Amino acid sequence: MASYRELLARIREEIEEISAIEARERLESPDPPVFVDVREPDEWEEGHIPGAIYVPRGRLESRIEGLVPDKVRPLVVYCASGARSAFATKVLSEMGYTDVVNLAGGIVDWKRNGFEVTIPRVLSPEQRARYSRHLLIPEVGEEGQQRLLDARVLLVGAGGLGSPASLYLAAAGVGTLGIVDGDVVDESNLQRQIVHSTESLGEPKVASAKRTLEALNPDVRVVPFQERLTSENVERILAEGWDVIVDGADNFPTRYLVNDASVWHGIPVVHGSIYRFEGQVTVFDPARGGPCYRCLFPQPPPPELAPSCAEGGVLGVLPGIIGSLQANEALKLILERGEALAGRLLLFDALATTLDEVTVRRDPACPICGDSPTITEYVDYVEFCAGPVATER
Amino acid sequence: MTRVRIPPMLRAEVGGAREVEAQGETVGEVIEDLVERYPALRAQLYRDGDLGEFVNVYLGGEDVRTLEGLDTPVRDGSTLILLPAMAGGSPGVGRYEA
Repeated sequence: MASYRELLARIREEIEEISAIEARERLESPDPPVFVDVREPDEWEEGHIPGAIYVPRGRLESRIEGLVPDKVRPLVVYCASGARSAFATKVLSEMGYTDVVNLAGGIVDWKRNGFEVTIPRVLSPEQRARYSRHLLIPEVGEEGQQRLLDARVLLVGAGGLGSPASLYLAAAGVGTLGIVDGDVVDESNLQRQIVHSTESLGEPKVASAKRTLEALNPDVRVVPFQERLTSENVERILAEGWDVIVDGADNFPTRYLVNDASVWHGIPVVHGSIYRFEGQVTVFDPARGGPCYRCLFPQPPPPELAPSCAEGGVLGVLPGIIGSLQANEALKLILERGEALAGRLLLFDALATTLDEVTVRRDPACPICGDSPTITEYVDYVEFCAGPVATER
Repeated sequence: MTRVRIPPMLRAEVGGAREVEAQGETVGEVIEDLVERYPALRAQLYRDGDLGEFVNVYLGGEDVRTLEGLDTPVRDGSTLILLPAMAGGSPGVGRYEA
């Protein structure tokens, strides 16, 4: 049997400890260790060492391997005074972490030396409850959730694709959703456009969507643009600053306009399109080396090969699947997690239930994102898409 | 034989099939054989006697433009995917009415 004091003294002999001054030097080195804060939530919220990760002592064993999978990464463990973290340090060594040290004197000594602390932005108790399933995922967590709350996503279209995409982005807590759509809700929309309802018939889609999304999540602010996207208004709309564009347009002139504008503004586009039973999804992100829409489709098809859903029809659930995939890609781009769909085009066939993938490469000769761009300002997109191909016939 | 995946907007020209078969040593020959079997496709895919720029053709998941184009050799039993762009989504976002 050992008392607490005896146990602590024994543990301290078995682990390595460093001073606040030594810890600061390591933090400022080119390859700093991971600082692990093992205190209680209220202590963390009052301020922590910059860049530290947070795992309360009671969750340390179950969470640390998710947060730091690489067991040879150097760790500096700390609490308030260095006692709780001494036990944590011992446990981490036993779990196979090969380079783990305790910060003697804890954050109290760190502060006494006048070293910097970060006061974290904290989620309210309501947000903590609402986003609890996100907070449990290491890839999101509290930091990721704050990113989502700070993020600004522009949805082009509040129709079949924009409905599920906007609902999931709002539910996820993406703080600002811009929506561009000039239409009103029509009865024929309700078979698939689930952000609207029978009550919103005749109402502008942006107003109907705003009401639904803000009712779903009061953390979300919807910025409505009740207009069709054109060369004349695109700069004004993009000037509000967007992290990601979710493109759910139904026509080629708008697709090419969204592409050119996003390339010039360096904004990634999550592209989705649907027809009858088939959907396509990809990410265009030339700012990070990926291809753009013009690399994939240098020329729009002639109008007879480009029927809209209004002409050809669409299975109601298909935009639900494709729009949800778009929301997934948008969330990953915001969180900077996972493998983005840039450079890959997914082809979903709802009748056969198959998912195919083809490669999309950046075209060095692309007139917009290529090595020597030949298109440097907005063109007449309607004329471009009506094009010589159509007039020849 | 090569399997050719037909996009939904071209299925009326092949009797509604999702996939049909055609023969040839190269991508160009397979497509030429395809339009001979389904003559209605020719008007949809060809412009001025050549395969239209607006049709993407994939072999083994790669755009044949990044391979050897229509001269790309095709092995027996492989699958070609024909893929024109699709626009479908929300009609309220652009001034263009299809």
